[in-house]
Amino acid sequence: MAPQREEDIAHLFRRAGFGASAADVDRFARLGIVSFSTAVSYLLNYQAQPDDVDAKIGQAGYVSVASPARFAPTSVINDARQRLLFRMVHSPRPLQEKMALFWHNHFATAHSKIAGDTSSEEATRLLSAKPAEDAGGVRGQMTLLRDYALGNFRDLLIEIAKDPAMLFWLDGRTNVRARPQENFARELMELFTMGVGTFTESDVYAGARVFTGWNLSRPGAGAAQRYTFNYAANNHETTAKEFTFAIYPDGNRVIPARAASAGMQDGIDLINAVAAHPKTGPRLARKLYEFFINETDEPDAALIDEVAGIYYARGYEIEPMVRRLLLSSQFRDPANYNKRFSWPVEYVVRALKEVGWTGFSLGDALTPLTNMGQQLLEPPDVSGWNLGTGWFSTGAMLARMNFASQLATNQRFALRDSFRGVGSTPESVLSEALDRLMPADFDSGGEAALMDYLRSGAAWSGSDAQLLTKVPGLVHLIVGSGEYQLN
Amino acid sequence: MPMTRREFVRGGVAAFTVSFGAPRFISDLAEAQGQGRRNLVVLYLSGGNDALSTLVPYTDPQYYARRPTLAVPAASVLQIGADRSGRPLGLHPRLTGLRTIFNAGRLAVIQRTGYSNSSRSHFEGTDIWSTADPSSPGGFGWLGRYLDRLPSPVDPLAAWSTTGSVPRTLQARTVGVPAIPNAATYAFASPNGGTDAGFARSSAIRIASHLPVDRPHLAFVNATAQAAFATLDRVQQVGAYRASVTYPNNGLGLALRTVAGAMVNQVGTRVFWVQTGGFDTHAGQGTNANGTYAGLMGTLDGALSAFYADLLNQGLLGDTLVLQFSEFSRRIDENASQGTDHGAAGIMLALGGGVRGGLYGNAPNLRAGDPSLENNSTDVRFETDFRSVYATVIERWLGADPAAVLGATFPAGPAFL
Repeated sequence: MAPQREEDIAHLFRRAGFGASAADVDRFARLGIVSFSTAVSYLLNYQAQPDDVDAKIGQAGYVSVASPARFAPTSVINDARQRLLFRMVHSPRPLQEKMALFWHNHFATAHSKIAGDTSSEEATRLLSAKPAEDAGGVRGQMTLLRDYALGNFRDLLIEIAKDPAMLFWLDGRTNVRARPQENFARELMELFTMGVGTFTESDVYAGARVFTGWNLSRPGAGAAQRYTFNYAANNHETTAKEFTFAIYPDGNRVIPARAASAGMQDGIDLINAVAAHPKTGPRLARKLYEFFINETDEPDAALIDEVAGIYYARGYEIEPMVRRLLLSSQFRDPANYNKRFSWPVEYVVRALKEVGWTGFSLGDALTPLTNMGQQLLEPPDVSGWNLGTGWFSTGAMLARMNFASQLATNQRFALRDSFRGVGSTPESVLSEALDRLMPADFDSGGEAALMDYLRSGAAWSGSDAQLLTKVPGLVHLIVGSGEYQLN
Repeated sequence: MPMTRREFVRGGVAAFTVSFGAPRFISDLAEAQGQGRRNLVVLYLSGGNDALSTLVPYTDPQYYARRPTLAVPAASVLQIGADRSGRPLGLHPRLTGLRTIFNAGRLAVIQRTGYSNSSRSHFEGTDIWSTADPSSPGGFGWLGRYLDRLPSPVDPLAAWSTTGSVPRTLQARTVGVPAIPNAATYAFASPNGGTDAGFARSSAIRIASHLPVDRPHLAFVNATAQAAFATLDRVQQVGAYRASVTYPNNGLGLALRTVAGAMVNQVGTRVFWVQTGGFDTHAGQGTNANGTYAGLMGTLDGALSAFYADLLNQGLLGDTLVLQFSEFSRRIDENASQGTDHGAAGIMLALGGGVRGGLYGNAPNLRAGDPSLENNSTDVRFETDFRSVYATVIERWLGADPAAVLGATFPAGPAFL
């Protein structure tokens, strides 16, 4: 039956992307994406798609941004946030954007602290810039995460350890020989790789000493002046560092004393060790499983084990892990549909794609997103956002319901127009809305409440005036429902 | 056993079914459960507050030796007397309002609170302080367990988080706690006005009333929406609160203003959660002049002073207890970034009309090798188990059984209540 196939592709695009708009579906058809497996290939092989989405900002036919004439996503933080959202709505590489969001939560770095150490503009640049658009060739952290979206995790760790935004965020720039500074070393082990309970305080001290000298310089002049990674050998602590876990494949736990000039290798050795640690693969596999398959039921231990095994067997490459998950029978099992709680940005972007965006400015989504608990580029702390049920408080739920109202109001004329052909009965209106928005199934009581809403007030006529009231009202109720918060 | 998220969802759902079964009677419940009108306001300083900068051992030469740039000069501390061993102590110079409250006998400063083998992880440390369970800090919060023991059905506004989410301290098995950062915007919007908005609201309430047992994750979301509807009208009154004083225009000031509004409007809330951040001062801590930490102390002092004055004016001070904590304190030695890394025992503050003010506990001696220190004398060792403080609050302020709530008994702590 056709609906099953359409449902699994819709599920795929919600999980491995941000949903599919009517325009997306047309484009997929033109690209020959007619089956689940061609859709997976399309998503994974995103390098084959153009990377020109930012050039569409401000053009007709795309969601708007606030003040497009003055749009400055490498210096104005709210413009950087809007550009991220724009990419989620329109990128022809949805899985790359989805993984960039995953890593943004994993290496959670907040603009405000960097801004406090530099300036709001510089902090925005360090998070958001692309080398080609920056006079100093700065690659902002989000660009880095996008570059490594499905790349090698060990390499990503090394890049993150050298990332100027991270060197501000976890104070690496102040980690010097005289008094090592523990922040980055601790979170590298606790949050980025092995997890809490796998290391001791002595490992934290040793790790801090390992990264002494991983610092910043600020070359260039004028607009080209920028912060960039610099290994400051004179600030490196050169004595041997002993850990409680294996650093080298032979089980040796000691990073040897090295001359300061060669001391940067200490950090490479430690990153190699934490990437290779037996807890890192399972922890990443579990996190990816919950991101792509199911975060509400008992996890599928066998699949997670297998994906963790792929992590080690394939030399820390992320792409084969994600490929295995997307092509697993578990991914397509309808029992795993709608078993994730949409993150606020997933919710907002999906709603834009499904309800419509003509005339909507992403600037108007920023405050609602903050009220829902997810301000991009400002995670609450280095452990990232509190996912799952953590997204849902009464205030955050009201913010979601109220965003649904705001969007439905904004789109009311387009909604009326697109429902004219099915406006003859409330039943046909409801059926069309559910087909288009694809919430998790309502039970009979929920459907009855929606139907009663359509029937309330004046008798049904299907007039333009009635559709202009009732279609946005219905869209508000569906998009604001608990059923639509699942993904 | 650590609780899994799934168990939390299940437990939460079972409970929501009970607690939101009869929303019509909520105002009656609020009235019944609000008897005594006592409030507890938990204030969390997130990031790990540096106790040695809040309460300064200004006659300890080691303090000045180990904090060459961060020490607060003896001449500028606000002297508040000495501990039992005669060691003089002073508040940070920006805590002028708190010193006034201290002098009025309404502020207790409890030194060296913590637990053995203190976690230096923000996340684990916060969980331990939130659950009062260092051995398995993954479960419900200590105040969540208190809420669970209230007579059922529990008023959905029995507790109130003023942040955007519900902290673990307030996570309960049977009670869903609302998160209401801003009472003024806590409202339900509709695309249409007039009667259609009413139809929309009643349909939304009906949709949210479905709590399918075979889909606990959906039931959790719907129960959250239900709790929002059940609290909407009462919270909106609070949004219109006119305080008797001007609160500082910052997050903490506005949160405490909201708490006062809820108390004055008698919405029935017993436990409030208030939080302010920025205490993870690894670099550029700036304890003096207009530095970072001085700013944090200024924010804390301004907001608490306004809250104290407002409650005094409203006749509510005697019904209010503010209990402050942080997940850990910080290293004794400053690092090369003019900051301090994660440490161990810290201080707690208790403020309110029922508090027996004063200095509790003994200051550490910062000389290497002293038994008041640990971790090769780099950290302060705890003297008072933080759970003893919780037990005092549970028993003497909330009128509940501390052993039942905390799951164990603890030695009697400082008699600040």
